[in-house]
Amino acid sequence: MDEIVLNKLKEIFGDRLFLELSDRVSYGYDASFGQYEPEAVVQVKSTEEVQQVVLLASNYTIPIYPRGAGTSLSGGPLPVHGGIVLDFSQWTDKLEIYPEDLVIKVSPGVKTKDIHELAEAHNLMYAPDPSSARICTIGGNLAENAGGPRGVKYGVTKDYVVGLEVVTASGKIIKTGSSTVKNVTGYDMTKLLVGSEGTLGIITEATLRLIPKPEATLTALAVFDDLYTAGQSISKILTSGVRPSKMEILDNNSINKVEDYANLNLPRDAAAIILIEVDGHPDILTQELNTIKNSLIEIGVTNIQVAESKEEEEKLWKIRQLVSPAIVSSGYTKISEDATVPLSKIPDMFKKIDEIKVKYDLNIVVFGHAGDGNLHPTINTNMRDPEEVRRVENAVEEIFNYAIELGGTLSGEHGIGTMKKAFLENEVGQDGLQFQKAIKKALDPKNILNPGKIFPEKGEKRLVLKHD
Amino acid sequence: MTKQLIKKLDYEATFDCVQCGYCLPACPTYIAFKTEKHSPRGRINLVKMVAEEKINIGDMQEGIDLCLGCRACETVCPTNVRYGDILMSAVEVLKEHKKESVVEKVARTAAFKYVLKNKNILRLINKGMYLYQVSGVKYATKKLNLLKPVAQFNEMNKAMPDVILSRKINRNINPFRRNDLSIGFFQGCIMDSFFSKINELAMKIMTENYVQVTNIPKQACCGALQHHAGEKEETIELAKKNIEAYEKYDFDYIVNTIGGCGATLKEYHKLFEEGTSWHKRAIDFSNKVRDISQIMGVLNLNFVNEIEKNAVYQPSCHLENVQKVFNTPEKIIEKIPGLTYLPMPEKSLCCGSAGIYNVINYEASMKILDMKMNNVKKVKPNLIITSNPGCHIQMQLGVEREGLSDEIEVKHLVEVVAEACGVKI
Repeated sequence: MDEIVLNKLKEIFGDRLFLELSDRVSYGYDASFGQYEPEAVVQVKSTEEVQQVVLLASNYTIPIYPRGAGTSLSGGPLPVHGGIVLDFSQWTDKLEIYPEDLVIKVSPGVKTKDIHELAEAHNLMYAPDPSSARICTIGGNLAENAGGPRGVKYGVTKDYVVGLEVVTASGKIIKTGSSTVKNVTGYDMTKLLVGSEGTLGIITEATLRLIPKPEATLTALAVFDDLYTAGQSISKILTSGVRPSKMEILDNNSINKVEDYANLNLPRDAAAIILIEVDGHPDILTQELNTIKNSLIEIGVTNIQVAESKEEEEKLWKIRQLVSPAIVSSGYTKISEDATVPLSKIPDMFKKIDEIKVKYDLNIVVFGHAGDGNLHPTINTNMRDPEEVRRVENAVEEIFNYAIELGGTLSGEHGIGTMKKAFLENEVGQDGLQFQKAIKKALDPKNILNPGKIFPEKGEKRLVLKHD
Repeated sequence: MTKQLIKKLDYEATFDCVQCGYCLPACPTYIAFKTEKHSPRGRINLVKMVAEEKINIGDMQEGIDLCLGCRACETVCPTNVRYGDILMSAVEVLKEHKKESVVEKVARTAAFKYVLKNKNILRLINKGMYLYQVSGVKYATKKLNLLKPVAQFNEMNKAMPDVILSRKINRNINPFRRNDLSIGFFQGCIMDSFFSKINELAMKIMTENYVQVTNIPKQACCGALQHHAGEKEETIELAKKNIEAYEKYDFDYIVNTIGGCGATLKEYHKLFEEGTSWHKRAIDFSNKVRDISQIMGVLNLNFVNEIEKNAVYQPSCHLENVQKVFNTPEKIIEKIPGLTYLPMPEKSLCCGSAGIYNVINYEASMKILDMKMNNVKKVKPNLIITSNPGCHIQMQLGVEREGLSDEIEVKHLVEVVAEACGVKI
């Protein structure tokens, strides 16, 4: 890196500039795959600092990579072309609630969990609940448009952002949206920027919308003898008149893995189980679950257990929480996917994944957010066996393509990043791809903002999990 | 070389890590130093990259050296990464590789090769500390700051416990032996030198509750500090001595009062290759190891005194994260009459003592201690209850540094229980 640039960075950041190899490689990974080596890492703590880095990067054409807590499963923050990593995780100073306006204003490094807690202290709720809420930053959530189990009832991150402050690729500071829910002033830049994976601008502050906090929750467990009925039940429940706040499905493989691991007395023969949570006023929850029960009885599902206490409810959700630890065995690496399909196609997807599992001889389990068709086929892989890795790559590719064929999408909530860019064109088509590229080109003509993401490189046609 | 490093480092275990980052908020050094290199995820990645020869051995040194080894990351890890094993493998590789600084080398050689192994020397140290305290030297140095040139040792000195003379081990067989519980006591070398009173009280609490307690003469140091410093051979030698010594008796449990030593005893099997007879003997040994709180938790303690204190509990990291003893000490504390238990925020974060971390990495250790003391000050206790001698000295040091020594006492759980039960030695 140019001496002048380094000196400038030193001037701006002092001891928040990291140049040692051991530090640089430590910002060269996330929770997906691939290890890269940025030339410098800076910990940003103000909009002005971000602006100064962007101006430097623009003048000297240096790639810059914004990074939150590095929990991305798609490679969002990976510094694939070197350059400068902007670590946002330490920029946490703003976390202000305006209960009367039902909004929260936050710095990008604030943890999602802290937003949840502040909102709840005011009897309000910030609904998006990615599983990594305890660690991940809101900046990362905004960049990737993160989802979570509550998505079935409450939607995802983009549904709760009303305004942003953004540093553009040319170093300008702009505001989008407002502190109001309704806003039709010009293009909806907020929605464009949320989920743009840091490729169109760098978010430096967000105004988030809050909703009243549901008073209570109630959970039931439904057990299914065949996958077809399990799939059918999802639409059946969602058209019963009740909207569950969570609906999580586990397939037979997941059930058995959890049972092996924790001995919870789960039905090992079940084709699938679905955990159903309803939330709202305590008086109506039992009634709502009854409505759901009746709709299931109509399609012949009778094995439904309702948690009768908070402890029982916790026990039921424990099943879902234990999937991750249960499916790993030492020396094997967990690869999680998030292909998403229309609700009516869930049984087809399950069937296909079962075929793929046999075809490629892999250890695959499927679980996920049944209520919005967002499945997480998860493959336990020996990453030191190149032949096995190759089979995984082929299997994942087949899952992606089948999801698109069913009218679904490559990614429900993890993002495209580096992991799925080879397949983007398959889903959006050549013209669709050009349309998206035109936006990128107009807003970041020098391609300095998170380059190497979303759009495939020339000739890139495959998923590659391991680079050597 | 690659093959060798891949073999020496626990390369296989690094693949269990999915880099999800769940360990970050649990890691005291990540919270204190704020960079990935000082997080469990970052360290695992550095070890993996060293094994693959993508970076040099020296590149992982700072990250590994500054790890406290508290293993809080293991408790929160959703994929059960064996962080402790990865860390130990890196420490051993670094030990072979690095030229240790002279001070550290002298201190280590003296401590590990000689002092810790020799019970008589330890007893002398104990005597020395006793004389030093009785003769008022501690008082004088405390007041006059005689040790000022080495400020860190001065502060450490202030935090040293009041020592009582430890008795020579005798085969203390209780004539009123109750048949249902027979316990072999493990005293630990640091504990026995600096805190022998706590060991005496622990044995007394058990015997007064009709438990058969034997303090066997052939026990050795547990090997924790040697192991943490990468001295695997020394550790194995000590482990074998202890396994052999305790095998000769038919104890139900092997009980200690030291969170850190207990954790090492609990993991003796990891020192031996699976399938070997030593591995099996180590498992049999480790299965019997219990912390004193686990025994006190099942005794029908007869509380006779009220302890009018507002107390916090500072758990030993290894008691929680390795021995998996989480709530038992608190349950005992809550039963003590007169005492008000105050839950401390971020209770399970390491205090920064971590074996001899506070001697070798003094500044880093103080940074972590300051975070701990901020949490202590939030709940304003007048008693801090500990479960390990290292934590005990560190918390005392924290109290001294904050100028709170007139307001806050530091005591081992055993001392508090003994006082409440009227047990004296």
